[in-house]
Amino acid sequence: MNREEPTNTTALHDWHVAHGAKMAPFAGYDMPINYSTGAVEEHLITRRSVGLFDIDHMGQFEITGQGADDFVARMITAKVSDLVPPMARYSLLLDEAGGIIDDLFVYRLPTSWWIVVNASNRATDLAWFKAHAPSNVEVVDRSDDTYMIAVQGPRAIELIDRVADSPVSNIQRFCWGNIAIDGIPVLFGRTGYTGEDGGELFFPAEKALQLWEFLLRQGESLGIETKPIGLAARDSLRFEAGMPLHGHEISIEINPIEAGFKWACDFDKEFVGKEALLAIIEKGVSRKLVGIEVFGGVPREGYEVASPEGTVVGRCVAGMFCPTVKKYAANAFVEPEFAKVGTHVAVLIRGQSREAVVVKRPLYVPAYRR
Amino acid sequence: MAIDKNARYLESHEYAKPSGEYMVFGISDHAQAELGDVVFVELPAVGKTLAKGAIFGTIESVKAASDLYAPLSGTVVEVNEAVKNDPSLVNKDCYGDGWLIKVAPSDPAEFQSLLDSAAYGKAIGEE
Repeated sequence: MNREEPTNTTALHDWHVAHGAKMAPFAGYDMPINYSTGAVEEHLITRRSVGLFDIDHMGQFEITGQGADDFVARMITAKVSDLVPPMARYSLLLDEAGGIIDDLFVYRLPTSWWIVVNASNRATDLAWFKAHAPSNVEVVDRSDDTYMIAVQGPRAIELIDRVADSPVSNIQRFCWGNIAIDGIPVLFGRTGYTGEDGGELFFPAEKALQLWEFLLRQGESLGIETKPIGLAARDSLRFEAGMPLHGHEISIEINPIEAGFKWACDFDKEFVGKEALLAIIEKGVSRKLVGIEVFGGVPREGYEVASPEGTVVGRCVAGMFCPTVKKYAANAFVEPEFAKVGTHVAVLIRGQSREAVVVKRPLYVPAYRR
Repeated sequence: MAIDKNARYLESHEYAKPSGEYMVFGISDHAQAELGDVVFVELPAVGKTLAKGAIFGTIESVKAASDLYAPLSGTVVEVNEAVKNDPSLVNKDCYGDGWLIKVAPSDPAEFQSLLDSAAYGKAIGEE
């Protein structure tokens, strides 16, 4: 992972720059952090209408072969035996010690498995899959020829319904369908990372600019507010909705039990890391991931969490102002006795102790769960 | 970027602007644009004495926290409560509704030592 010197750009890079984006390195890519709209407003637009996200930095692998079903089942934590087209599911990728290598989405395609991974872990994940693949399984990195755009917000499905050759409103949540938009073949997954309804679009990389501009133009002409959204708002949207970001709420140093992702692990099957997780469950965890609301400052990654008496009991892994719920909040790993909702704690913000309380996650219940 | 010609500036982008017998402190348009969306401000209480160059508060944007330095010495006579409740006022109108505090200067001559709008413009690479 190289966050300091981006060597990669997406096909929309010049478009972002020309449209006033503030660019910064993320996972080796020079990405838009926010446009002139501003990160807070971009967050709110996604919650009220439609946000477009250039997420081409995400990686896609295709797994095929005689042994693919068994291989995927063993490599990732989620139940996959009941996944049939057009279903997709969230999962974790663990090492033998139960550390989280990455989180991913797995799509069951008619003749293959389609795995979507984080940009920062793409090389690691690919090497991990390939190192474990038996001879009757093929793992192919499809990231370079596949473009990925997310269309998210309460009017996202309406927008796509009106511009695609067939409706996406009849595709269920966490399922996918094949559509065409402006003549471009698109695999539409009804998934996302914002807590809003919408989808993630996979299509040929050379069509990126055409599809991006088409969606913005159609949004405008149909009277559906549709704006490009940068990574800063993507982070606050996912944070409010309780979704993890690898390197923060989950990492190779963090196991799914302490991070609250036991639900994403199917203990009725064998998977890499299962033995380690069973041992962790038996022993009990030494820390737990919690949400914390802070009064009087903005909590950020790395800030310490203390008991009201001043003893350090944990550390923030992410924190920010949450534009929809209008709260200053953090996600933190704390000692289990401080993990109960309503527990009073303090967060040390730039040397000063600020009052804080453990709150229920997520702060914003995803629209499709209400 | 807008530079208020009635204000004078620190290189750290805070301004002081005469308002009757008082001085209003805030941050420049250049600074608010660089910070991005402002989401929190912490300001001193009325009556607090500030020395020129001392930290008088904190401003936090989506991406980072920054100290605020007093352009002039003086005593705080008013705090902008509106900006505490809606920090985005700093982005929307940094020289107007997005002002931060009002100070009774203890040494009015200090104002002359600050960067005037032309010198500040040069410092941020404009004009």
